[in-house]
Amino acid sequence: MLLRHTTKEIKPREALLINPAKTCQPIGAMYAALGIHACLPHSHGSQGCCAYHRSTLSRHYKEPILAGTSSFTEGSSVFGGQANLLEAINNIFTVYDPEIVAVHTTCLSETIGDDLPQIISKARDEGKIPKGKYIIHANTPSYVGSHVTGFANMCKSMVTYLAEKSGGKKEQVNIIPGFTEPADMREIKRLAGALGVKTVIFPDTSDVLDAPQTGKHVFYPAGGVTVSELRSTGDSIGTIALGMTASASAAKALDAKFKVPCEILNLPIGLRATDAFVDALRKMGSVAVPDVVTEERGRLLDIITDMHQYFYGKKVALFGDPDQMVSLAGFLTDLDMKVVYVLTGTADGKFAERIREITKETAPQAKVAANADLFTLHQWIKNEKVDLLLGNTYGKYIARDEDIPFIRFGFPILDRIGHSYFPSVGYYGGMLLLQKILNALMDRQDRDCPEHQFELVM
Amino acid sequence: MSNPLKINPQELKEEIVKDYSAKVARKRSKQIVLSQAKEKGEVPEIMANVRTIPGIITQRGCTYAGCKGVVLGPTRDILNITHGPVGCGYYSWLTRRNQTLPDSDDDANFMTYCFTTDMQENEIVFGGEKKLKKAVQEAYDLFKPKAIGIFSTCPVGLIGDDVHAVAKEMKEKLGINVFGFSCEGYKGVSQSAGHHIANNQLFKHVIGLDDRVSPAKYKINLLGEYNIGGDAFEIEELLKECGIELISTFSGNSTYGRFANSHTADLNTVMCYRSINYVADMMHKKYGIPWIKVNFTGAAATAKSLQKIAAYFGDQKLIARVDRVVKEKLKAVEQAQAEIKARCQGKTAMLFVGGSRAHHYQELFREIGMKVVAAGYEFAHRDDYEGRRVLPSIKVDADSRNIEELHVEKDPDKFKPRVTEAGQKQLAEQGLNFAEYDGLIPEMEAGTLIIDDITHHETEKMIEAYKPDVFCAGIKEKYIIQKMGIPCKQLHSYDYGGPYAGFQGAVNFYREIDRMVNTRIWKFIKSPWQLSPQLIGKLGDS
Repeated sequence: MLLRHTTKEIKPREALLINPAKTCQPIGAMYAALGIHACLPHSHGSQGCCAYHRSTLSRHYKEPILAGTSSFTEGSSVFGGQANLLEAINNIFTVYDPEIVAVHTTCLSETIGDDLPQIISKARDEGKIPKGKYIIHANTPSYVGSHVTGFANMCKSMVTYLAEKSGGKKEQVNIIPGFTEPADMREIKRLAGALGVKTVIFPDTSDVLDAPQTGKHVFYPAGGVTVSELRSTGDSIGTIALGMTASASAAKALDAKFKVPCEILNLPIGLRATDAFVDALRKMGSVAVPDVVTEERGRLLDIITDMHQYFYGKKVALFGDPDQMVSLAGFLTDLDMKVVYVLTGTADGKFAERIREITKETAPQAKVAANADLFTLHQWIKNEKVDLLLGNTYGKYIARDEDIPFIRFGFPILDRIGHSYFPSVGYYGGMLLLQKILNALMDRQDRDCPEHQFELVM
Repeated sequence: MSNPLKINPQELKEEIVKDYSAKVARKRSKQIVLSQAKEKGEVPEIMANVRTIPGIITQRGCTYAGCKGVVLGPTRDILNITHGPVGCGYYSWLTRRNQTLPDSDDDANFMTYCFTTDMQENEIVFGGEKKLKKAVQEAYDLFKPKAIGIFSTCPVGLIGDDVHAVAKEMKEKLGINVFGFSCEGYKGVSQSAGHHIANNQLFKHVIGLDDRVSPAKYKINLLGEYNIGGDAFEIEELLKECGIELISTFSGNSTYGRFANSHTADLNTVMCYRSINYVADMMHKKYGIPWIKVNFTGAAATAKSLQKIAAYFGDQKLIARVDRVVKEKLKAVEQAQAEIKARCQGKTAMLFVGGSRAHHYQELFREIGMKVVAAGYEFAHRDDYEGRRVLPSIKVDADSRNIEELHVEKDPDKFKPRVTEAGQKQLAEQGLNFAEYDGLIPEMEAGTLIIDDITHHETEKMIEAYKPDVFCAGIKEKYIIQKMGIPCKQLHSYDYGGPYAGFQGAVNFYREIDRMVNTRIWKFIKSPWQLSPQLIGKLGDS
């Protein structure tokens, strides 16, 4: 057994986290920063943080992940990291010539209390930031929240540093797509485009982390929201924030600062969450939904109605980030699946309540936990088995030990491709997700059923 | 491919560093040297094991990674708790591909688990020792391990948590071995500091605890082999065939008990000198076990290493048995070599990785006729480049000074000299020298560039200039290099392949490189309409 020490008996734990279902803030900030065009993310801390984040993102995307580090030594840890960051800024603009540098902190620089705005302003005073170039920063202490918090904090910094109000209104809607894949961001843009709504999507990692093989390495790939687009977000008609945890804070900051009204929606994963997104977008953008989009919706619904028997009553365990879990639990519940276990590593006071509201009819006994770990999830499963498990790559150890069909969903996915290329948001993303679920369940039926019940047509 | 002979490496070096500020260029110039070892017989000095320049994109990681990730990561039955915020434990969870094979389903294996105190703001402010103690207790209650290791992350040192005091207290309370590592990420200048810290603590807390002596005749330890992709399994099998007993491996496929017993071996063989030489030296001083450098990467190197071990024991029966095994194994290897060499001869490689692999893997490339046109380490010291003879001349700087140097003396009871002075002299005459490593530079062809802690910028420039057929590095470099149209072989994770050690491993590697440098896929980068953009006819022409 891979996880041979995991027992059925559940003992209370207060101090030891075993097999986390979250990681730390800075990686989320680094990922968000990669969604700004010509941006170099910079990690203000020991170089190991940057190495770990770059490695994990490289494994997940199988793409170049370039970022700088302040390379703290013991001396900088004692005397402060100002000298390191000033030197880094100078080197970054000299050697890598980005349009913008997005600095995030680490547990190290937060613990010693480095004052980032002060250091950045010193860099400006000393002429280390070339004219027309930008530095933004987000505080991302690893001992608060999770990778999702870090993502949210960097998104918020994009608007607090860069958004402006020119006086006029721009006929555009801001969309904050949450901690999703480049494919998801691309799909959200496509849907908005189909509706004829002009949008600024930030961050936007499409065409950055799914860049084509051309035989040439482009340090700053074509994609990403531009600094001038970010500056214009203060003039937009409104903001749609997708996901309470990852996107709300940036949307609220824009509202507070520039009175850009915002709608905070669930991530558009599944039929009804996508409906809510499309509906909100058509209202905010004052457009009619074209037939092509309604037809797409119909195709997703058609799969659901045709294949309902395979979903109905199946028990599912999910783990991942709060925004994904809320939408996914909703979608699977709409299919009449029983979402019996939902777990996130991120601390989120409202998580359990929100999930229970979704599952109260189909799975009233559902176990739900925030700020929890995969050891707990595995123990739940040992106590009552499920028909399907959805989660990031680490779930495969549980799936193999317990012999459960497993679908990779979330971050990080280190052992398969596809997540960055094929969306799970929107109607089309919903179709792809259903195809995965059906394949997993039906492959299992084909594998396990008695020979005399082996079906040609299913 | 461009002809490497046409490149003037000195000019190229100047061209590369001119994009830096004057200050950075000065420093980097000392970390880029031209090998003239073979033609002039002198080994140039290289600057190494110095700070990475802030903002300059590097391959390097941190001390925690070197300690918890590299050295202690591969041991299956020590329960490793990372004391700190969640990230450090998370990123070092199963990502290094150290394979392990417990003797039975009932044996402990914690390598698939990640244990962390998941420090929160409250602990940063008020201290984390209380939580750490509780975490150790919970780990013990749930898993009943033989030993628990505690690994410090950056904030731990800053807030002053005393992991060693907690370890001591819990050791007494629980009656199992508990030990701490002050491997905060900011210590030292790279992973290398973490190796040293790991070596020290293993030496202080584990090695020498179990004095039972195996009745086997030829007992050795294998140091600095981490069983990436099953390398240690290959070597274990080979040693078994030769009749050599492996007491312990530091630390591939290892157990706590094997470490504790390792001082009963009669020879230490060192693979990755960088990460484990400290243990080798300390075991020599305390227990009298001499060490020799070996290399099981490459068929010839593997043969030579086995023969060195046999020569050390000096028993004709063993020497004959080893020769027989080597001869037998080399047959299959030579067949594969001949086949693959025909397709790989003259192709070029660059290796920028680690602290020993950039040296060891040159063997494999040479065996299939490929040329290494440039190489360098990620976290090595000058002795890894220039050989141990430079040790006395290495200046100890502030970053090295903060890594504890253990003072080791002969153990009054357990010290047992394995070879007499006369015996040592005799072995030296046969070419078997103890505690010797010549480093990477002497093996590099004249005119090749050796670059320490290569930066992203230098990587791109080197590839543009030489257009090597394959570039060896790690995961962070992999997709950048491949986007340049050059295949990248990861020599940390082996791209999820391997094993590459020993004889079969060598063949596996030849085949892998053959696949990479001879595949047709790189020819598809340009579409037909990019290759011939002119339309001959016009739409609508009839």
